[in-house]
Amino acid sequence: MKTLAPHTKARHFRRQAIDMFMSGLCIAAAGIGLIMLALILWMLFSKGAAGLSLDVFTKPMSSTGTGGGLANAIVGSLIQVGIGSMIGAPLGMMVGVYLSEVGKNSRFASIVRFVNDILLSAPSVLIGLFVYQVAVAPFGSFSGIAGALALALLAMPVVARTTEDILRLVPQAYRDGAIALGSRENEVVRKVILPAAFGGILTGILLAVARIAGETAPLIFTSLGNTNWSTDLTKPMASLPIAIYRYAGSPSADLIQLAWTGALLITVGVLMLNVVSRISLAAMRRG
Amino acid sequence: MLNQISKGLGRAVRAAAVAGILVGGIASAYAQEVIGAGATFPAPIYTKWGEQFKAAGGPALNYQGVGSGAGVTQIINRTVDFGASDTPVASERLASNNLLQFPAVIGAVVVVVNIPGVDGNSLKLTGPIIADIYQGRIRMWNANEIKALNPGITLPAVAVAPAYRADSSGTTNIFTSYLAAVSLPFQTNVGAANSVPWKTGVGAPGNAGVAAAVQNTKGGIGYVEYAYATENKMQTPQLENRAKKFVKPTIAGFNSAAAQANWAGAANFAASMINMGGDTTWPIVSSTYVLVPKNPSDPERAANVLKFFDWAFKSGGPAADQLHYIALPKAVQDQVRKKWSAVTANGKAVWPAS
Amino acid sequence: MTTAAGKSLIGTRKPHLADSSFRVSLYVAGAVVVVVLASILLIMFMGGRQAFETFGLGFVWSTEWNPVTSVYGALPAITGTLITAFTAILIAWPIGFGIAFFLTEICPLSLRAPLGIAIELLAAIPSIVYGMWGFFVLAPFMADNVQPWLTELFAWLPPVGDSFFWFSAPPLGVGLMTASLVLAVMILPFIAATSRDVMLSTPQLLKDGAYAMGATRWETLTGVVIPAVRGSLFGAVFLGLGRALGETMAIVFVIGNATRMPDSLFAPSASIASVVANNFPEAEPGSIQLAVLLGLGFILFVVSFGVLALARLLLRQERMA
Repeated sequence: MKTLAPHTKARHFRRQAIDMFMSGLCIAAAGIGLIMLALILWMLFSKGAAGLSLDVFTKPMSSTGTGGGLANAIVGSLIQVGIGSMIGAPLGMMVGVYLSEVGKNSRFASIVRFVNDILLSAPSVLIGLFVYQVAVAPFGSFSGIAGALALALLAMPVVARTTEDILRLVPQAYRDGAIALGSRENEVVRKVILPAAFGGILTGILLAVARIAGETAPLIFTSLGNTNWSTDLTKPMASLPIAIYRYAGSPSADLIQLAWTGALLITVGVLMLNVVSRISLAAMRRG
Repeated sequence: MLNQISKGLGRAVRAAAVAGILVGGIASAYAQEVIGAGATFPAPIYTKWGEQFKAAGGPALNYQGVGSGAGVTQIINRTVDFGASDTPVASERLASNNLLQFPAVIGAVVVVVNIPGVDGNSLKLTGPIIADIYQGRIRMWNANEIKALNPGITLPAVAVAPAYRADSSGTTNIFTSYLAAVSLPFQTNVGAANSVPWKTGVGAPGNAGVAAAVQNTKGGIGYVEYAYATENKMQTPQLENRAKKFVKPTIAGFNSAAAQANWAGAANFAASMINMGGDTTWPIVSSTYVLVPKNPSDPERAANVLKFFDWAFKSGGPAADQLHYIALPKAVQDQVRKKWSAVTANGKAVWPAS
Repeated sequence: MTTAAGKSLIGTRKPHLADSSFRVSLYVAGAVVVVVLASILLIMFMGGRQAFETFGLGFVWSTEWNPVTSVYGALPAITGTLITAFTAILIAWPIGFGIAFFLTEICPLSLRAPLGIAIELLAAIPSIVYGMWGFFVLAPFMADNVQPWLTELFAWLPPVGDSFFWFSAPPLGVGLMTASLVLAVMILPFIAATSRDVMLSTPQLLKDGAYAMGATRWETLTGVVIPAVRGSLFGAVFLGLGRALGETMAIVFVIGNATRMPDSLFAPSASIASVVANNFPEAEPGSIQLAVLLGLGFILFVVSFGVLALARLLLRQERMA
């Protein structure tokens, strides 16, 4: 083998050095992200774990000094986040599919895309205000369903944006192949494109669920919160973020403790959802 | 694959809902809930009273501290059974929206400090000095004005770090009303309201935020509801009252202010308890108000609200003590009950329930 | 990637009933997005009209914010919003991008999924927890360790005008810089996770080609991956920028909530969203203050509109070049 000319060698060395340097920076970036996560989780666990007990899951909220739990807030959050995702995720996926597969660069699609990006940045308190106007004030009552609706509107643009980004990266050959085989447009989308991009779409949905699970502001003027048991969707409903918000601002040590425990529960809950859905996705792919 | 996942998620949500209904069904199946919303300051005591009221056989209470302004909005929109506000609502507003206003419980605002090496409880301050601090005129703890008042205390050369409420609040209103009453410069430069144009310092969310900001900052000073100072074991300087006496914040001092107030002469019970006379009187005291519709659409719910407060007046004293609130003086309670006859449905007063 | 003719085959076939109802439902979904935003804008504008009528241009341009005398200028809040959102993007973009590159090319295969989930977990933390972390942990650390050091390091920077002194400020702990840092951590998972998915979706064939020609990992990224997916990478940044502009609960804890013009990057300030959240619960129905807050909401939409439009424009120019 011929030896490389000196200047080629130097260039080779420089290219390798740049690669090493940039890779090092990226490793450092990942390190920063993980350290931040560790710092916040450490605070959550060190403050929240002390309050974990069976009572948290079995007793509803009550006033200071009476040993209340968060059971009604946990159930309320599950219901509202569940319904919110059920509405928001499919809607967001449809918007994403529209933008990527049908609308593309048409004028209406450009408007929808732009509007969706603006909705992404809308402060959640304004979304809550909007739902208050359309789903609370006309009916004269705060309700769990209004809270779920507000959460759905927050989840939708996140899912729409990620779905479109991922679908655009599905090779055009997939679409053309399926159509060449006689598939209809809706079949192409449902049976070829969505499955091919499902990992990325799932990331988007999980990001959206993670976001709405911790939202306080849009719930205050929609589902209001409830200190009592209620699973009636037409009545004020408790939720973990509102419970945390109220308790964190209270003067009593036992309630502040419950606020930290509630924050820990949300985080662990979303983590578990993340892990379980990824494992089942991997299992489905294999099976 | 998508279908499988969404089906799975759907099952999980249904299961959660069913579990919730099973557990919650027993409680939510009976009786009407009384729903209230408004001021955050009385939320702990309303919640406590609600539990005791329920234990005594009354309906369950759901009170949410969404803020006074929001509470007023909600009772005007009739989305709740009663609203609550830390500041009294103007008479015309009450009339035009058919609302009855009455005081429910009394609270006090105290000053909290965190000065390295100084026992804040023995520190003496006056209203004008605090006003100067919040205008950025006094910047160091060893300023001459403070030294002159505290000859026995060695004050360090530490910068004063004022904290205020970030959120618009009745607490700020009470505190700034006091400062505006005792300091003309404060009144003209800053003024009194739920939120004011502070000239210096940082805003922290809620009483708890202000308390934490003061605890975290060397040289910190802030103002909080009495309960937050007590529960967090914070140092509360003595203030000079109208009678030129330095007083510590005590329940006796708060009660003295409540007794001095001119309840009978105030329309809709909007009596001021700021900077009242009396040797032992604490100068920053105020009551919080409840708003109910005079023309309720559902007489039973309206009656439940009044029954609840009737019970709270009669039997809620110990809980108020425990949570560092001051119950209304007996005479004021009776005046309030008399006004309840204005709440009518079908031409009949809903209280006392016959 | 398109067919030889350069056109997609979709839409070239005669529509079938299932296809047309499929299309209609997609159009409806798109319309929902537009209708929701239009209704929000309408509600904000109608509610805020009184503020625009009362203060005119001064509502956007005045620095005076005085709830006592009912004079409201939104410039301090607009300034705080823009400074925190852009500083946060400046910090989070390179880090998020680096994380994405790390996860797709550098990290050992077996660690990719767990580390990816770990980064995404940052998005699972409720914003109020970020606020409390920023307030109780980050702010005291900034006050004691970071700010005095930065103040000294940048003492030579000349001030902007005669009122803005960059890094010199009383070390309070909370303020613009702390808020920007908290925001950066909050949007990091959004940028990292979407960038990673976008990079992963680059056809392996392209990457293999680059590697086969002896390109390093970094060269493959900058020479092949980024050009192929640039638009989608910008999408990831929009996602983060959007979140930063509208974030409320965390900001309330760490920005210091002062509706004065900031005199340095450490000064306590306010953002539009935090001002709305702080004052809305106490705003009386029908009052000028309520109108001001709804007007602020409208302004925030206009600000996001402007920022996004500018980003789009830059992106288009770059594509043409």
